[in-house]
Amino acid sequence: MMQLNCPWCGVRDEPEFVCGGTTQIARPAAACADQEWGDYLFFRENPKGLHRERWRHTYGCGQWFNVVRNTMTHEILAVYGMQEPPP
Amino acid sequence: MSARRLTAPNGTRLDRGRDIRFTFNNRAYSGFQGDTLASALLANGVQLIGRSVKLHRPRGIYSCGIEEPTGLVDVGSGARRTPNVRATLLEIHEGLVATSVNCWPSVGFDVAAINNWFAALLPAGFYYKTFKWPNWHVYEPSIRRLAGFGRASRESDPDRYDEMAVNADVLVIGAGVTGLAAAVSAARGGADVLLLGGSPHLGGRVGYQKNDARTAALIQQAQQLGIRILTRTLAFGVYDHNLVCARQVLIDGVNSPNAPGVLRERLWKIRARAVIAAAGAFERPMVFPDNDRPGVMLAGAVEKYAQAYGVACGSRVVIAANSDQAYQVAATLAALGVEVPAIADCRPDDWIAAEAPKGTRRFSDAVISRVSGYRAVRGCSIVSSQSATQAAHFDCDLILSAGGFAPAVHLHSQAGGKLRWLAESAMFVPDGAAGELYSVGACAGVFELDTALDHAAAVGTALGRRSALPAAPIGGTGRSLANTYVSRLGKPQFIDLQNDVTAGDVSLAAQENYRSVEHLKRYTTTGMGTDQGKTSNINALVLMGEQTQRAPPDVGTTKFRPPFAPVTMGVLAGRRVGSQYRPLKRLPAQAWHAQRGAVFEEYGGWWRPAAYPRVGEGIEAAALREAAATRNNAGIFDGSPLGKLELFGPDAAQFLDLMYVGTLSTLAIGQARYGLLLNENGVLVDDGIVARLGEQHFWVNTTSAGAERTADMFEEWLQCEFLHLKVLVTSVTARWANVTVAGPRAWDLLAAAGVDGALAPSITKHLSIAATQLDGVPLRVLRASFSGELGYELNVPADHAQALLTRLWALAPAFNAAPYGVEALQTMRVEKGYIHVGTDTDGTTQPSDIGFGRGIENKGANFVGRRSLSRPVARDAGRLQLVGLIPTDQRTRLPVGAHLARTPPPTRTEGHVTSSVMSPELGRPIALAMLVDGAARRGEHIGVHHLGSTIEAEVVSLPFVDPTGSRLHG
Repeated sequence: MMQLNCPWCGVRDEPEFVCGGTTQIARPAAACADQEWGDYLFFRENPKGLHRERWRHTYGCGQWFNVVRNTMTHEILAVYGMQEPPP
Repeated sequence: MSARRLTAPNGTRLDRGRDIRFTFNNRAYSGFQGDTLASALLANGVQLIGRSVKLHRPRGIYSCGIEEPTGLVDVGSGARRTPNVRATLLEIHEGLVATSVNCWPSVGFDVAAINNWFAALLPAGFYYKTFKWPNWHVYEPSIRRLAGFGRASRESDPDRYDEMAVNADVLVIGAGVTGLAAAVSAARGGADVLLLGGSPHLGGRVGYQKNDARTAALIQQAQQLGIRILTRTLAFGVYDHNLVCARQVLIDGVNSPNAPGVLRERLWKIRARAVIAAAGAFERPMVFPDNDRPGVMLAGAVEKYAQAYGVACGSRVVIAANSDQAYQVAATLAALGVEVPAIADCRPDDWIAAEAPKGTRRFSDAVISRVSGYRAVRGCSIVSSQSATQAAHFDCDLILSAGGFAPAVHLHSQAGGKLRWLAESAMFVPDGAAGELYSVGACAGVFELDTALDHAAAVGTALGRRSALPAAPIGGTGRSLANTYVSRLGKPQFIDLQNDVTAGDVSLAAQENYRSVEHLKRYTTTGMGTDQGKTSNINALVLMGEQTQRAPPDVGTTKFRPPFAPVTMGVLAGRRVGSQYRPLKRLPAQAWHAQRGAVFEEYGGWWRPAAYPRVGEGIEAAALREAAATRNNAGIFDGSPLGKLELFGPDAAQFLDLMYVGTLSTLAIGQARYGLLLNENGVLVDDGIVARLGEQHFWVNTTSAGAERTADMFEEWLQCEFLHLKVLVTSVTARWANVTVAGPRAWDLLAAAGVDGALAPSITKHLSIAATQLDGVPLRVLRASFSGELGYELNVPADHAQALLTRLWALAPAFNAAPYGVEALQTMRVEKGYIHVGTDTDGTTQPSDIGFGRGIENKGANFVGRRSLSRPVARDAGRLQLVGLIPTDQRTRLPVGAHLARTPPPTRTEGHVTSSVMSPELGRPIALAMLVDGAARRGEHIGVHHLGSTIEAEVVSLPFVDPTGSRLHG
């Protein structure tokens, strides 16, 4: 069980959070080709190592935020807001 | 084996003043307070404990601790029966009842022992290779009956289990002398320290050996420093971010006189800044022919039985050695008057750095080639490991295995630590720290006591003060061979006593190219079971290395996974059992429904009235009656679980346009509209009425099961995607109850109850909302209907729901109104062809599949899911579309889930039945179904195939009842 540092509430245990998967994926314009739209919907990187993802403190303040996590060690390298650029 | 009790000071863990009586295999025995079942049985001369899992060979007590592979018993009876308890850990108590596992009719005469005669025919992989035709499942039940260990109780556990989450600066795992030293130093350095010990006692090996002044002082200091100490608490896993889980045994008396319901175990979830592992080491067994006989035991275990429990396990002992430990144990036993005629040391002469005691013959380069005795050891032969010439035969009643040590690196490895192979002592030791987990003492490979104490204290001090950590000692304990197996000696030589895996099985795996240590484990089962190979893993991987010309570190270990030792299901479940497993949501007016005779069932996590049957009436008959009453007069329904969200803000209208398929920004204040909610794949995920209460204020109904999901979805889009929109989403499902009155006389009833006349159907039309009051209680009245009748949904503050229902109920007789439950509602909504998202739809359903395709093209705004609706797959012919079905015979119910196809099976399915009810209005069964290209197939007859039978049905258009919708308007 990991611990995450909610920017609003501080360090809390993982069960208080919900992971929303890869964050800040650029959505193609509606006019894009079907292939491109399909790639956007269904294909995700599954990196061994650093992964930018978004989490929500669902059973706390309810706020979403971004995290850089090492998928091998579960080390959390950064926590940043939804509108902030990745570190 | 002629075991006997030793006099004090041996038996430091015993209270000899207290006799404890217990039963093993229906025979009464006695021991002392402080005995384990194993020590008490050994003291009583009981050697034969159980039968092995595959070959049903007789097995006895092998170790004196957690690593015990063979001394397993079932304890207790009835609901408190606990299988596979290690006799070496079980503290005896008055009235304890234990029985052997895996034998029939008795441990002494076991019918399945015939397996052992065919042992040569039962090598690793035998079952995989043999029972292939026609398939394994034909043979599985009978094979499973013969295999396996103890039997679990089939009754529910009467006892309670608890859970605690705690924090500490420094957590020390292991309350032996090095753990104590580390804990005391960390506390002195300023840390808040938590110390866990698996056994009932502090001090570990040094502590039970003698009245060691140093240990006593450390225990006293630990207590004075206020260190939190938990005994009988075994850390079984290190998880992410240094979470350590431990199981504390509070009442081990599975058969004790304590009343059921007692708090039996507690799960500790511990977060510490740093963890110190002081978990000790396991003994590594020697491999020799018939090394599994009762009476072959680990050397250190026999020493512990003597020192801690005052039991001499035998009177004449031969030691098979690969470690200088053999000589120390021999000296201990000799001093107690136990004969030690010989030590067969497999190492060359110049590796041996210890002297045999007087009267003991030492053989170097020597191994045990034969063990005589079946249910007990009677003697053994020693040969040179270089040649086959017999060196000597000794009568003995006990053979000790002193094969060296394997540090308990489990927690270090679970924490992600790397291992290093110490070739000289043939052991894996931690290679540095594992994140913030530091190993000290024997589990770090440091065996020399003073060195270990100094290192542990230095680590504790550094972690307490948050200063630099000391360098770890090199570790090791003298010289040992990696491999002790000699192939030419014949007879089964056991690697894994619990799983009956022999050296020959490991060789076979190597020959058949199962060379990876993970494949080896799964092919031979070595390292599986309750002990997870604590005595077998190192020997197995060393032998695999021998067979494949690889050094042990190149073979590697299997992954160390939690739990370190078996954990009861009860302690993991904690209090999340029974009604607390998944608590149901309850209606604010539950008592009112219960008084009306409601039969409750679970619907989407809510405990709701299914129907209100009269005496002698079934639920289905009640539902038909309730639906008819609603259609003919009026019905009263509790719709409180309906999801309710309020949206506020200048951009609320725009946001709803982005979320819903329909356009909601054009709603006038007081108007309401039905909306479909899609996910980005264009799949329907929720639906409901959206109503406008003000310019910047909307009332959003979701499905009952989708309330939280929809609120979460709105939040995610607002916080992560539409950050420019100013909208507040508030979930008010629990705040507002919903009392629905439906039917042609619904308004008459409400008017009689005093509801504002402005809500009359002639003024307030279908799909509108009005805020009003009834005797000062606010109401938000939504004109909407899921039954197809004139409908009023009275949203009322939850605290007033019961009063409102009571008020309406008083008028019910005058209007022939009845309360109706979820089953009647289902009946009426199917008659109307109204879908229920998740019942009639699935993860492929898009709006056009349920008849909502028109108009989407014309919507100006983008909305979630829109782009996906123009993918080719969304426009394909052959999509499943919603239709109605009526059985051709007008009377056979169509089973939900039944497949639709024109030709009888086996054939390709063309769809399935999603909802099915008896229609009181039509007097015949009807159903909703998803059918390939269903919209264009009206009038077609199709087979409804279910479990081998076929019902013919006609495809009809929807709805079944009131196609013009005139009833909605009263």
